[in-house]
Amino acid sequence: MLTLTHFLVLAAILFAISVLGIFLNRKNLIVLLMAIELMLLAVNFNFIAFSHYLSDTAGQIFVFFILTVAAAESAIGLAILVVLFRNMRTINVEDLGSLKG
Amino acid sequence: MSMTTVIFYILSAILLFAAIRVVTAKNPVHAVLYLVLAFFTSSGHWLLLQSEFLAITLVLVYVGAVMVLFLFVVMMLDINVEKLREGFWRNFPVAATVGLIMAFEMVLILTNPHTGLADYKAGAALAADASNVKVLGRQLYTTYLLPFELAAVVLLVAMVAAIGLTQRSRKDTKVVDAADQVKVRSQDRVRIVKMQAEKNVEAADTAESGEQQA
Repeated sequence: MLTLTHFLVLAAILFAISVLGIFLNRKNLIVLLMAIELMLLAVNFNFIAFSHYLSDTAGQIFVFFILTVAAAESAIGLAILVVLFRNMRTINVEDLGSLKG
Repeated sequence: MSMTTVIFYILSAILLFAAIRVVTAKNPVHAVLYLVLAFFTSSGHWLLLQSEFLAITLVLVYVGAVMVLFLFVVMMLDINVEKLREGFWRNFPVAATVGLIMAFEMVLILTNPHTGLADYKAGAALAADASNVKVLGRQLYTTYLLPFELAAVVLLVAMVAAIGLTQRSRKDTKVVDAADQVKVRSQDRVRIVKMQAEKNVEAADTAESGEQQA
């Protein structure tokens, strides 16, 4: 019998893997964006699992909005990435110091 | 073990394997393809949770549009992967420690019986003709109408921003900027110079000095 805990643990492990990915690929902007996508997937998992086990569709509506915002975010992120690569010929995070932050 | 439990474990194994490969793959193209596998597998999970509409949306919108966009960008950029992977194994011990501790903590909390998560039983099985799309649509167009419209605005703004960021005009086009044309005034184009209609050859020097003073 599947319980809510099954799905929540799966989402937690998925989230931890994407945090690991952010640590490992500190220099590669593309993989960083992909790790963020994985994180959002883990969060969506929680919403849908709770929506199913509480018999409340509000969770699914939230996932719908999260998907919308995530799509917008990755579109703009990739656009910035393309412009960055066009100007600097690199996507190495270490080289992006023109703002001297 | 029931059939759904078996399916759950198979899908979970594939999902976790794909997620690990996304963050460790050497080639970014492989990473994107494993991410596609991860999204596809989790749409299977969502089907197990009876949210059919979102499962289909995940495949159509996420795999079909966003991941293909990622794939385009990854293939378009000419990246030196070796340079980007410097320090990958140096970071690994710290990253693995943090990741494992995070996962361990969350699993510890979630599996603790005091959280009462086990009390939530799955809702009664839906009728065969129950429509998830109909339920979601009804809520979306009544209770969540304003957020829905705002989400549309967010998408529009994102589209405009992405086009505005990446668009560049070619240098050799002969297109005239209409705004510049309208803005032009006669003073910018024509300069009226006051000068004598005729002058004597002897007076040339004085005329030159007079011009300089003016």
